[in-house]
Amino acid sequence: MSTNSQKYRNSFLKEVEANVEEGEWVKMCMQCGVCAGSCPLGKHWDHPPQEIFMMIRAGKREEVLTSDSMWMCTSCYNCIARCPRGLPITHIMHGLATYAKRLGLAPKNQPTQGFSQLFWDNLMKKGRVNELKMGLSMYFKDGFAQGVKNAMANQKLGQNMMKAKRMNAMEIIGGHGVKNPGDLAKIIKKAQEIEDGNIQDFS
Amino acid sequence: MAEEKKMAGFICTGCGIGERLDAGQLETTSTRDGKMNTCVQHEMLCSKEGVQVIRDAIDNDGATHIMIAACSRRAKVEAFNFPEVAMTRANLREGVIWVRPDTDENKETTQEMADDYIRMACAEAKFSTKPSKSGEQELNKTIMVVGGGITGMTSAMEAAAAGYPVHLVEKSGALGGRIAEYYKVLPTRSPYAEPQESGIAEMAAAIEADDKITVHLNSTLAQTSGAPGRFSVDVATESGSTSNFTCGAIVQASGFTPYDANKLPEFGYDKSADVITNHELEALAKAANGGPIKRPSDGKEITSVAFVQNAGQCSDEEGKLAYFSGVTDLVSIKQAMYFKELNGDCDTTILFNNLRTPGAAGEDFYRAGQEAMVLFSKGIVSEVVPGDSLTVKFKDLILNEDTEMDCDLVVLAVGMEPNSGPDPYYATEGAGAPGPGEEANPNAVPEISVDSILNLDYRQGTDLPQLKYGFNDSHFICFPYETRRTGIYAAGPVRRPMDIQQARDDAAGATMKAIQAAENAGKGMAAHPRAGDLSYPIFRKEGCTQCKRCTVECPFGAINEDEKRYPLFNEARCRRCGTCMGACPVRVISFENYSIDTVGQQIKIVDIPEEWDEKPRILVLACENDAYPALDQAAMNGVEINPWARVIPVRCLGSVNLSWITDSLNNGYDGIVLMGCQRGEDYQCHFVRGSAMAAERMSKVGDTLQTLNLEPERVVVYEVAITDIERAPKLINDMAETIEKIGMSPFKF
Repeated sequence: MSTNSQKYRNSFLKEVEANVEEGEWVKMCMQCGVCAGSCPLGKHWDHPPQEIFMMIRAGKREEVLTSDSMWMCTSCYNCIARCPRGLPITHIMHGLATYAKRLGLAPKNQPTQGFSQLFWDNLMKKGRVNELKMGLSMYFKDGFAQGVKNAMANQKLGQNMMKAKRMNAMEIIGGHGVKNPGDLAKIIKKAQEIEDGNIQDFS
Repeated sequence: MAEEKKMAGFICTGCGIGERLDAGQLETTSTRDGKMNTCVQHEMLCSKEGVQVIRDAIDNDGATHIMIAACSRRAKVEAFNFPEVAMTRANLREGVIWVRPDTDENKETTQEMADDYIRMACAEAKFSTKPSKSGEQELNKTIMVVGGGITGMTSAMEAAAAGYPVHLVEKSGALGGRIAEYYKVLPTRSPYAEPQESGIAEMAAAIEADDKITVHLNSTLAQTSGAPGRFSVDVATESGSTSNFTCGAIVQASGFTPYDANKLPEFGYDKSADVITNHELEALAKAANGGPIKRPSDGKEITSVAFVQNAGQCSDEEGKLAYFSGVTDLVSIKQAMYFKELNGDCDTTILFNNLRTPGAAGEDFYRAGQEAMVLFSKGIVSEVVPGDSLTVKFKDLILNEDTEMDCDLVVLAVGMEPNSGPDPYYATEGAGAPGPGEEANPNAVPEISVDSILNLDYRQGTDLPQLKYGFNDSHFICFPYETRRTGIYAAGPVRRPMDIQQARDDAAGATMKAIQAAENAGKGMAAHPRAGDLSYPIFRKEGCTQCKRCTVECPFGAINEDEKRYPLFNEARCRRCGTCMGACPVRVISFENYSIDTVGQQIKIVDIPEEWDEKPRILVLACENDAYPALDQAAMNGVEINPWARVIPVRCLGSVNLSWITDSLNNGYDGIVLMGCQRGEDYQCHFVRGSAMAAERMSKVGDTLQTLNLEPERVVVYEVAITDIERAPKLINDMAETIEKIGMSPFKF
């Protein structure tokens, strides 16, 4: 809970500016609400982008970073296209989500977050996404019985993808990847080090 | 009458007039009915040869009154410019052929229309004399500027630069006004990113060094008398001495006073020294002298500030300003940037409801404020709780919750109130005027009395009339600097709330108008909107009953009273609207080329057919500023007008004398349509009150109709705008339909 001395002050705004990708744009929001009105999934959000930006200014650190809202963004880019001030709203939403996850504040069991983690883990193994494994790990993330149910329900879809050569059953063993996954891992590690170094401590 | 009248008529047959009308018959009408001594036709009267024909008639044949039957009086004014004679125009083109269909069955009525317009123009010419100046006027190029703030200083410098001597009168002991107290001002140059120096000291030095400008400090106006071109001003200094000078025109730049924050107890202004107004912050920033701004209560370096926008303004609550002062949001952004500049890592939060950043700098400066990390929050402040740390309680309108914040200093963005003198019309038209259904109290006075600024010795009050909230009345669309006192121009925040750049532009505009007024006064010419008009009201003293209607109803306070309580006309103050003429119950007021007779005789000379001819006559009195041009435009667009209509342009609906209405009803007109400008608070009347006066007088016309046993629908008054191109003809055509329904007037003799 923020105290009065932090409310409507610059402390959290500064943190966002320093640590969130494209966070320096938040101060430029003029509260017109066009983003909130443009979001096709807006009604599923607890707080539309306009409110998120206002909450940042109001110093509601906990509420913003534990919010489910940024995770609801589907990257349709409607808000970016319409923002009269040119704020990269989609990127800011993803930036905030990433920052929340880094701090361990992102909501637990948030489905988008779970999918993102699976996607990342899958990708990092070989540097390429393995669709078959990706699908299976999604199906079975809630246990074996549920996984079988999911697989049965989507049987037709899977067969069609195979027919259209969008998925290959052989991917189950190894699967395709970049030439040298080890080097990729090194690059990613270096990038993460740089990012970690840039993060300022506001705790 | 020394000179004998020699009347010459000229009929143009160009633009299709000759094809559509029987010019021979028009000629006969003008000599037989119109009593023209001569009448000639020309195939293109506005051509060089045509104009020469008229010129020869004046120069060689001694014509003193000429009647030109051609196009509208608003067309070809450069060609038909003969100031040495009395001239009238019969509108055959826009008035007749362009509004009537070119068919055989309409030929007769069209010709009748044209014949009537010829008769009318002849009658008007017969009763006009050539306008000439009164000889009362003087050229005095000196401009007096009242107020030594940024507006007055700019005005003085502009006038001096144009070669006009200036007397600059300032109440306080120094030039500079409020801006002299400011730390910095809004940027005036791209990229509009930072507050800039005001440069006011340099301006003051330039004025003191200018030998065309005489500065009167610690001075007020003890009395201002006279008229444009010959104002006489008594200046009183604080020490008690007085001096006198004369001037040709006046610019009033008396500025504004910040709203009194003591009227806002909810914000704790009276309880905490750390709650200050935006004006007080300027002094605080200036006192910091380049160092950090310190708290008034304990001298602590300020680390957080909240700005409360719209403090006591944009409110419908009693005692608060109902309007927005335009500039206060930009000012708060500017002041927040002071803290970013002087107090390092200071948090600045602007709590606004509607953030408005108008002007060239506006949006760019707002962004610059955001870039500098000024925090903007849409919220309405309800309370400021004093204490070591101030607590600001407000409703966040985006998050829709009641919340609060702490800070070291609270700045109230209060609005501007004009420094106007007492409103001469407070009890009748102004803030003390009775509402609908209320009894008027002619002795009503405002609760708080204010000192006069101009101390005019006009019968109609000491200062400029006001429109609303104490701001000076001006026709905000057509001539914003013009006030209701000719030759006196208001500029800066006394006219409407504005920022420095706007005030400077305003000052330049008002100064140019003042110069024009002084020059016009020297030539005996009217100011806007009848600019250049030489005619002025003449009055026949023998007939006057001293009823004072003219002095009261003149919208411009032009008429004083002499010792014997007769009206004393001030030609140079007069705008030539004729409202006095319309007001006069004994018809003793007239202009050389516009009088009870010039219109009355036109009404009389129109041929009124017998009742069984079933040809009604509709008199249209149309304001020459808006309604008449709208009808001309309609004609150009080929909009049809009923053939029974006879249109007479009037200078203003306020000049319409009731005698014209009674006379025309008695003469057998079947309907009367009066077209004036919009009246009321958002008036469009070029003479401010003329249209309202006319409406008031016409509201009593019902009695006249009743005595004559006529239907009330026969006389209608409309507000017509210059853009009412379809509507204006329709209103006339509607009257024709009304007459068809209620029948012809029984007064056809």
